[in-house]
Amino acid sequence: MLDFLKAPVAEWQDFWHLAGSAFKNVFRSPHYWDDVAIQMDVIGIGSLPIVILTGFFSGFVITMQMSRALNTYGAIGQVGPIVMITLVRELGPVLTALLVAGRNASGIASEIGSMKVSEQIDAMRALGTDPVQKLVTPRLIATCFMLPQLTVVADFVGMIGGWSIAYFSLRLTSPQYWTPAYQILETNDVVQGLLKPFIFAIVISLVGCFYGIKTSGGTQGVGRATTKAVVVSSVWIFVLTALVTRIFVNL
Amino acid sequence: MTVPESSLASPNGSDAPVLEFRSVTLSFDRPVLEGVSFVMYAGETRIVLGAAGSGKSVMLKAAMGLLPVDSGQVLLFGQDITKMSEHELFPLRSRVGVLFQEGGLFDSLTVGDNVAYPLENRQTGERLEPEAIEGKVVEALRFVELDQTLEKFPSELSGGMRRRVGIARAVVTEPPLVLYDSPTAGLDPITANTIMALIAKERDSQNTANVIVTHRYQDGRLMADFRYNPEKGRLEHLSKEQPEATRTVFMVMKDGHIVFEGSMADLESSTDPYVDKFVHR
Repeated sequence: MLDFLKAPVAEWQDFWHLAGSAFKNVFRSPHYWDDVAIQMDVIGIGSLPIVILTGFFSGFVITMQMSRALNTYGAIGQVGPIVMITLVRELGPVLTALLVAGRNASGIASEIGSMKVSEQIDAMRALGTDPVQKLVTPRLIATCFMLPQLTVVADFVGMIGGWSIAYFSLRLTSPQYWTPAYQILETNDVVQGLLKPFIFAIVISLVGCFYGIKTSGGTQGVGRATTKAVVVSSVWIFVLTALVTRIFVNL
Repeated sequence: MTVPESSLASPNGSDAPVLEFRSVTLSFDRPVLEGVSFVMYAGETRIVLGAAGSGKSVMLKAAMGLLPVDSGQVLLFGQDITKMSEHELFPLRSRVGVLFQEGGLFDSLTVGDNVAYPLENRQTGERLEPEAIEGKVVEALRFVELDQTLEKFPSELSGGMRRRVGIARAVVTEPPLVLYDSPTAGLDPITANTIMALIAKERDSQNTANVIVTHRYQDGRLMADFRYNPEKGRLEHLSKEQPEATRTVFMVMKDGHIVFEGSMADLESSTDPYVDKFVHR
């Protein structure tokens, strides 16, 4: 009767099994540092242009939207702090993670999925390498290292986007924008702003690898795996950001 | 169906079994292997015939522990691998060469790096210097007559060439047992014969045990009837009087069962209608 529950429970179990061995391999040789470096380049440097573009425009539009509401209260000078808090606590981490999920969870799933259907994963195991060690752990390390940095870049570029509106359209001076924005930041904000991308990085890389490794059924299967990786990791990003925020607002 | 026991015994008692299946059962959504048992000795060539979906490839993967079995035992070089963890399996796997159906080459690596992969990544034995690896790689590629393709990527090669690179990668570590999964599938007859000749050449120059999964009877006949002569550098047809000289055992699989096991002569005289379909006399 409960057969319909079997598949999701088994999938959940498989995921934690993969996550467990991926983390264990972080502390176990052999390490494939070449692969880590390649993945850092693909995930970090590769995502930089899109992250900068999105970061800039998110700061840009928040400032425009907020300026109208703040104007009603005559509090236009508060635009800097509001943009800063929104970006650092929420939008920076989530938008960056969603972009990287779309770009890299899909990339990881399709790459590993194609390797799976063309028996390269089996070949790897037959030739003495653990695919988790060789494929999953480097992607996990690289994403965990790069995503917080990408988020910092997105936050900063977003602030510049906000400044451009504040300066050119709202006629604030630069210190009127930057000084209160900088002063509003607390340790709490910075910690959650950096913790979130770290958690999202784990989700993105592991979900991508998980659906890649589970791929079956030829090229169609690769397509399905890619779609699932993006959808599932995006949903988890939203769920987890709500959870982390819930914890931090009470601190 | 009973299996003729006579042909299974090792010709000289000293040979240890390299691969043994003891009533192995394996199923995905449906049973794929059901009570598969056989023993294979060093220096033996085993041709596995059968229709698509009869469990041939699954059997090969189970032999290396790439797929877990549901029940029964798989013994590789006398050790039960069914309970071993992935990391415990690596030392055993490094003594087995394998050619996957589609070659299984890493398409992000060059041909040279592909062939070097098992040497660079094996987790047992001595670490080789890069020059020594390079030498072995060139030697293995020269063996399959592809030493000009070192810097090419697998996607730049033809299907037959990819298969040959796969053979080079399988044998570069000089393993005592090599598994070939459909080495001639999807190839034209001329290329298929080249591949089979290479496999025979490898067997007779290194004295390896082979499992060859195929659906072409002529592949098996070539392995049974021909022997590579290193002095003349070519294959020689063996006379009818010495048919056991290559120690070739045929095995026919149907729906996860072994329905026939025996020599080529036994196979050709079999009256089983399914077995008969694979034999072109």
